[in-house]
Amino acid sequence: MADNAPLTVEQILQPLEAWLEVEFTFLQVHELAVALSGRSREEQDFFLSWIRRIASTNIQIAYQFAVRAIAGIAHMDQRVIAAWALHAMDTYDRGGLRPAIQVIEDVENFVQLSHAHAAGAVFEDISGILLNFVHGLSGRPLKLEQSDVPYTDSETLFLPAVIARMETAEDNFVLAKAMVAYQWAQTRFGSFRVDLAGTLANYENGEHALWQFHGLETLRLEACLQQELPGLYREMLRLKRTLGAAEMPEPWQRFAAMLAAPDASVMTSVSLLDAAYSAPPALPACYQGELRPDAVAQCMAARTEREKMHLRVKLAQMLEELPQQAQEKAPESPPKINVKAQQDQANELPSFDITLDDVPIAPPEGVKQLLTSVYLDFGEIPPEYLVPAGDGDYDLTQFEEQAKDPNDVWQGTYHEEGATLYPEWDHGRQHYRKNWCVMREKDVTPVFDDFVPQTLDKYSGLIKHLRRTFEAMRDEDRLYKRQAEGDEVDIDALVEAIADARDGSEMTDRLLMRMHRTERNVAVMFMVDMSGSTKGWINDAERESLILMCETLETLGDRYAIYGFSGITRKRCELFRIKQFDEPYNDAVQARISGIRPQDYTRMGFAIRHLSSLLNGVEARTKLLITLSDGKPDDYFDGYRSAYGIEDTRQALIEAKRQGIHPFCITIDKEGQEYLPHMYGAVNYVVIDEVRKLPLKVADIYRRLTT
Amino acid sequence: MQARALKSEEYFIETEPYYQATGSEITIFEAAYGNHLPVLLKGPTGCGKTRFMEYMAWRLKRPLITVSCHDDLTASDLVGRYLVKGGETTWVDGPLARAVRAGAICYLDEIVEARKDTMVVIHPLADDRRALPMEKLGVLLEADANFCLAVSYNPGYQSVLKDLKQSTRQRFVALEFDYPNSDLEAKIVARESKVNPVLAEKLVKFAHMTRNLKGSGLEEGASTRLLVHAGKLIASGVEPVSACRSAIAQAITDDAEMLAAVQELSSSLF
Repeated sequence: MADNAPLTVEQILQPLEAWLEVEFTFLQVHELAVALSGRSREEQDFFLSWIRRIASTNIQIAYQFAVRAIAGIAHMDQRVIAAWALHAMDTYDRGGLRPAIQVIEDVENFVQLSHAHAAGAVFEDISGILLNFVHGLSGRPLKLEQSDVPYTDSETLFLPAVIARMETAEDNFVLAKAMVAYQWAQTRFGSFRVDLAGTLANYENGEHALWQFHGLETLRLEACLQQELPGLYREMLRLKRTLGAAEMPEPWQRFAAMLAAPDASVMTSVSLLDAAYSAPPALPACYQGELRPDAVAQCMAARTEREKMHLRVKLAQMLEELPQQAQEKAPESPPKINVKAQQDQANELPSFDITLDDVPIAPPEGVKQLLTSVYLDFGEIPPEYLVPAGDGDYDLTQFEEQAKDPNDVWQGTYHEEGATLYPEWDHGRQHYRKNWCVMREKDVTPVFDDFVPQTLDKYSGLIKHLRRTFEAMRDEDRLYKRQAEGDEVDIDALVEAIADARDGSEMTDRLLMRMHRTERNVAVMFMVDMSGSTKGWINDAERESLILMCETLETLGDRYAIYGFSGITRKRCELFRIKQFDEPYNDAVQARISGIRPQDYTRMGFAIRHLSSLLNGVEARTKLLITLSDGKPDDYFDGYRSAYGIEDTRQALIEAKRQGIHPFCITIDKEGQEYLPHMYGAVNYVVIDEVRKLPLKVADIYRRLTT
Repeated sequence: MQARALKSEEYFIETEPYYQATGSEITIFEAAYGNHLPVLLKGPTGCGKTRFMEYMAWRLKRPLITVSCHDDLTASDLVGRYLVKGGETTWVDGPLARAVRAGAICYLDEIVEARKDTMVVIHPLADDRRALPMEKLGVLLEADANFCLAVSYNPGYQSVLKDLKQSTRQRFVALEFDYPNSDLEAKIVARESKVNPVLAEKLVKFAHMTRNLKGSGLEEGASTRLLVHAGKLIASGVEPVSACRSAIAQAITDDAEMLAAVQELSSSLF
């Protein structure tokens, strides 16, 4: 098989030199080619494809990757190498070249290799499952994120990008699960209900004290997990055995017994710390990760403040909503709110009963969750949390992330504040660039002019015609005759059947009739190109089409929304609200259609992704995403053009289709045939060759699409 | 027990069904029944609404006619229709008409699923008129004194399209059902599936974990009914983890990732 023969040095050199632009960069690729020529063809293809993919992002990273990866080939399985490369590129997207090179150089740290041929558990593959896993466990809703070492700040659990300490992929997953469960146990069983920084300050060697404290807590939490999740605990023991953990020395055995007592709490660990400080260092468990008191303290301080205020405001709202008579009883004394924690079983999270002057009341939405979170932090509900907020204006917004006016943001330097971030498909990398597009919804400035009446006047004949056509498409009840099942007897059928029977032929059983109600259940999103190239008559044609479309859709009763899209670079992707789904078609909408003005460039991926998510919020049997455009995707400066732009748009459309949305494109670009079949599929687009025909055609195309 | 064919209005429940009261629902139902008031049962699936109806039918010694509503259920499916028999048309009563005549308890399960025109038929039955108009016969059927109307619905997956109209819901005495508290639920699971109490407790704990997932990917957590199913499998010798997989995890989701997560929860617990 000549096809599978390994490539020669020359064959490897040629593409490498091209991808890494050796002519300009003077990178030494010859040695790489020699090293790679000794590999199997499969390995060669794997590496070359990754080098090409990374080079499309940055040549330096690709080169450093090639040097290290080819040297370390024996130690890593391909999945881990792929994760490593993607992690480097993500880092580059976020932080630039230097941190990305750091990732490449720290390969040992990244993979935490302890075995040859490790089959690691990659964060991206397992995070979905583990996040659901941790949500299933009780307590505060926790987040899961990637970090260099496993630790928790009491709100977010952190896992490394790849876990590869164990031999098999299954065991590595179990290890990841154990890490997550251990971090969850820290929040659930109150590891942070103590002023750790203050406690550690009493010791000369704070680092050693922290280490020993972590060791004590691990013993305590292991006992808790043994109680709570015995199945997982067995697995954790097995992991330890597999890794050959040594027998615990004295006095740790003794500590373990004390910490396993049912009434042991974090205070037990604190009280044992004196003894442990002088003991030999604790043996770390493979899943314990790190303890970072600073991160926890910071996170907790923000949370307790926020939750206290939220709870007090919620209670105040609750009092206001109570029936008047309850308040009239004791106008002078403030109402006394009590919360009783009810524990069904020991070790279970309590449920909370709220009483107002000893009368039980139903806790409002969200209060139970807050109470649980507060309970986790303190082990009780401190009384000052139960004082309803007074009359003063409590500004809850200072605790929330503020939604900035999109127009203001550009005056600052931090352009991502208050925006929604969307990924973008990089076809060179064959992977997404995470959080790449900074998307904002803006309003179109309404223009109250005579554009709408003029359009209505100009097309008055057409509108009448369209209304008639669309009226015929409306919901109609149809009587189905000659049915086997139905509500009423079909006399015609019956007469015929009796005649047939007299005649000696077989009598049919289809003798009933039934009313069939067809319900039109369509939601359609119009995505209108507002790029600069639409300036002039294209823009006019688009606006006229929209007016005609609205007029006819009002007859039909389909739900519809209209958004314009435009943007300049990934940092400024903008969607313009023209009509939302729940908004009636009125003067304001008309004025906004009239006010559609050409803006910047045609970046399409983010618009499709965002509008798909809006469409998904609507309940409809058929969901349509119709794009009105004048050309191929194209943006200024950051490479969003030709293949890159087309592939990202295609990927966004594939995502939309996966969510059950039917995309369709109406374009006036005569070259549309070249790229639209690739993006939308062979039948999901229409090219209109004359701009002025656009308004005539759009409604007609819509009719064909939905019948 | 052998299969037998019964007319629906002759379906009496003869042995006492196991029902564990969680509040005063039995007293309230009896009072409503005595005062000819219709009853609305609210609550998530599998929390015991149907079992409660069976229990009340047994307690009140009335036949129970259950209609599971679906989105093609029309008024004539409830009231009745003409059918053709040997070249002639004959009228056949629907389940609701039978219940009205025989003084049975008519239980319309998942009422919001039915078509809107069925509500119109129920309305006159659900207020002090207590009569069923049968348009096609040109008859107004007055209800037997023992007749009782009960409907159920699940506010959990109530969508805008499937909400109960105020004019309908304000005719009923509403009873709210939810999953019982942990102790009681464990007792029910143990009693129904005959697993040991420790295992029943673990099953309930597992159910709570899946209920925590409601909203973050699961439409509904594991119901008491599913726990009983899992318990029965375990009692017949199936490993707890595989019993939970078949009876619970696969039943509540098809999503591969969620399935894996639920599976991890159960393997951690047992």
